[in-house]
Amino acid sequence: MNDQSTCACSCGCITAEDPRFAELKSYIDSLDQNQGITMPVLQEAQRSFGYLPLEVQKFISENTGVPLAEIYGVATFYSQFAIEPKGRHHIGVCMGTACYVKGSQKVLDKLAEELKIKVGCTTADGRFTLEATRCLGCCGLAPCIMIDDDVFGKLDDISRIPDILGKYE
Amino acid sequence: MMTMVDLTGLKAKALEEMESEGTLRVVVGMATCGQSAGARRVMETLKKDVAGLGLDNVKVAVTGCVGMCTYEPIVEVLQPGKKKVTYIRMDAEKTARVIQEHLKDGKPVLEYTVGHDHAGNLKNLEDLQFYAKQERIVLRNCGTINPENIHEYIARDGYAALRKALLEMTPETVIDEMKKSGLRGRGGAGFPTGLKWGFAAPNQADQKYIICNADEGDPGAFMDRSVLEGDPHSILEAMAIGGYAIGASKGYIYVRAEYPVAVERLKIAIAQAQEMGLLGRNIFGSNFSFDIEIRLGAGAFVCGEETALIASIEGKRGMSRNKPPFPAYKGLWGKPTVINNVETLANVAQIILKGADWFRSFGTEKSPGTKVFALGGKINNTGLVEVPMGITLREVIYDIGSGCPQGKAFKAVQTGGPSGGCITAADLDTPIDFDNLVAIGSMMGSGGMIVMDEDNCMVDIAKFFLDFTVDESCGKCTPCREGTKRMLEILDRIVAGEGTMQDLENLEDLAENIRLTSLCALGQTAPNPVMSTMKHFLDEYVAHVQDKKCPAGVCKALLGYMITADCKGCTKCKRVCPVDAITGEVKQLHVIDQALCIRCGACFNVCSFNAIARN
Ligand SMILES: Cc1cc2nc3c(=O)[nH]c(=O)nc-3n(C[C@H](O)[C@H](O)[C@H](O)COP(=O)(O)O)c2cc1C
Ligand code: SF4
Ligand code: SF4
Ligand code: FES
Ligand code: FES
Repeated sequence: MNDQSTCACSCGCITAEDPRFAELKSYIDSLDQNQGITMPVLQEAQRSFGYLPLEVQKFISENTGVPLAEIYGVATFYSQFAIEPKGRHHIGVCMGTACYVKGSQKVLDKLAEELKIKVGCTTADGRFTLEATRCLGCCGLAPCIMIDDDVFGKLDDISRIPDILGKYE
Repeated sequence: MMTMVDLTGLKAKALEEMESEGTLRVVVGMATCGQSAGARRVMETLKKDVAGLGLDNVKVAVTGCVGMCTYEPIVEVLQPGKKKVTYIRMDAEKTARVIQEHLKDGKPVLEYTVGHDHAGNLKNLEDLQFYAKQERIVLRNCGTINPENIHEYIARDGYAALRKALLEMTPETVIDEMKKSGLRGRGGAGFPTGLKWGFAAPNQADQKYIICNADEGDPGAFMDRSVLEGDPHSILEAMAIGGYAIGASKGYIYVRAEYPVAVERLKIAIAQAQEMGLLGRNIFGSNFSFDIEIRLGAGAFVCGEETALIASIEGKRGMSRNKPPFPAYKGLWGKPTVINNVETLANVAQIILKGADWFRSFGTEKSPGTKVFALGGKINNTGLVEVPMGITLREVIYDIGSGCPQGKAFKAVQTGGPSGGCITAADLDTPIDFDNLVAIGSMMGSGGMIVMDEDNCMVDIAKFFLDFTVDESCGKCTPCREGTKRMLEILDRIVAGEGTMQDLENLEDLAENIRLTSLCALGQTAPNPVMSTMKHFLDEYVAHVQDKKCPAGVCKALLGYMITADCKGCTKCKRVCPVDAITGEVKQLHVIDQALCIRCGACFNVCSFNAIARN
């Protein structure tokens, strides 16, 4: 598989000079230190880096004084945080109750088939990450999916899916 | 900064803005639901064309969720002295026409409205059956006011309850009024809010906290989201009242990260309230100071449980802990803390303003007030409905929801989410309240109400919920972490056609153990969906186990597709089969190769001659 001599983060590489580290540092400094800052800092890091590679977790630990083990523990507990890089577009298939009752499993199966990946995985070309999510809050349009920030509803007709995917590069 | 806000003056001014002679107020439902149905483009068109045509008397505003999802995007036109006009299922072109014909020339576009009678008299949303049995306390401002404009909240008596509490009441009388109202927590457990505040109030500490639980974890519920998006100030006001009552000067709102629109509206609301001195130091010139901070969740259902939520705000893994000590004694950072759900809080200002007796005039003796349900699944009118407690399930499902689509038969309704159970047709006349729902084997939960019809397999539904809890167990205690997994494995076997009758017995044993020995309510209630479906639909379980059949035709491994003699040889099925399992020439009987068939059902769905049989 991967050549082990390249960086383990396999993301086009986050180096120590990356300006996002300085931004993260000033974000950390702006917070009130004794008010439970781990979550907000991880959320900010996730937003800016797209995921939380070990380098970033170490950086956070060094700059907040929170032990790395604890950072890692929190980062792996919550499903919103990713340790692995994600695709350019994020597909969330709603697996909330309303959507499930209306056949979201079929939608998920169809997407997995079209993209030739399993749920939770990213396509080889890095174009899409496919995930199951909780209620998107549009149960009236069930079954629905969310690609990046766009919601597509009433997907009972799964033949619409290839066209929808075609809109994303 | 002004210390004494002149609410009366502000209210008069805001009302004048909203309702002055000759103005047309156009509101667009822009909650998450509306936006995903296309409301943003409607809004852009409105802004552009109204400006382009120089219609100075038209005021365009964002509003929250009106609750009727099937009709989104919804645009309403309000004109003083005239009946409100409701346009439904709007898009950019329709909007352009409404602007020309209605906003400019004064003639409503009948065919886009929600309906009219023979004489051409327009109906609007409130005239619909959907609203007839509803009672709006929690959702009173949702879909009416602009949630991004504090003045519109004030126009609807916003912050008057806080003023009354701070200037005319003591913390004790606030708590007494809440106790008298009988308001019970809407987050699931139904604990009386006044009592909870009463526990925290006498505890001495240098700091106390009030937390709004906006984690809304039930995977089929979205009422809290709608309140936050449609009426965020009502939550801020209630938190300040609660803070005054218990002696807390700091509040946190813990919101799911999946609700970006809600977070944005809350941020705007907090900033506006701070600017006007309705949050901050010495509110209304009293010596009460209060501020609110937002914290985001990160996708963990268990964080809706109050002790896990506290751990999460503290920056830890969101794991539950044993109670006692209850948060009212030892909560956030070890300080006395009150945690209330969004919908609970949305009732508070109204109770303080109008009194406990007014509130008690709705609902039942033991469950006063209303409850908001997210009505979804196999139902014609999906949406948010707020009904007085004591209404029957039948009224909600048939009168408001207007039954199952396509004339399918109603099978069950699920309430209480992953902690709840299924209710069958036999119990539909039960009046809804906290205690009755428990008595018929389900629970109120946060208010998800999912209707299922004959096409839903109850074993599959049970598995769906268990899948959810297995995924969301925090892992701290063994019965929940391991026990639910064992139950799921059994269900996996059953839907694969490999279950035995012994498995059904084992499910019951496991369920009993998990229920009795789990640490928190997530584990304790996790077996409920399985137990309630086994109780009411045991025959379906047995069909899966003994006959290796899924009566509803859902569980793939138990299905088989066959082409019958009715086949006309139209080749339609052959073309849709994704794995080329169907062979046959034009006008000849087609055949499915069972070894290749993956049971996707595509052929079954496309055949126009009902020539494909499923078993
Ligand atoms: C597993 C689990 C999940 C919960 N999720 C929520 C939730 O999403 N929202 C909520 O308000 N309460 C939730 N609760 C209930 C809270 O623990 C708590 O009872 C509630 O927030 C108290 O507010 P109330 O008295 O106003 O209802 C959950 C409880 C459990 C055990
Ligand atoms: S019952 Fe489940 S969620 Fe609750 S503490 Fe135990 S493992 Fe965690
Ligand atoms: S069920 Fe699906 S795989 Fe099987 S024959 Fe029909 S279309 Fe082909
Ligand atoms: S269940 Fe899918 S949007 Fe709510
Ligand atoms: S109308 Fe807003 S949730 Fe559906």
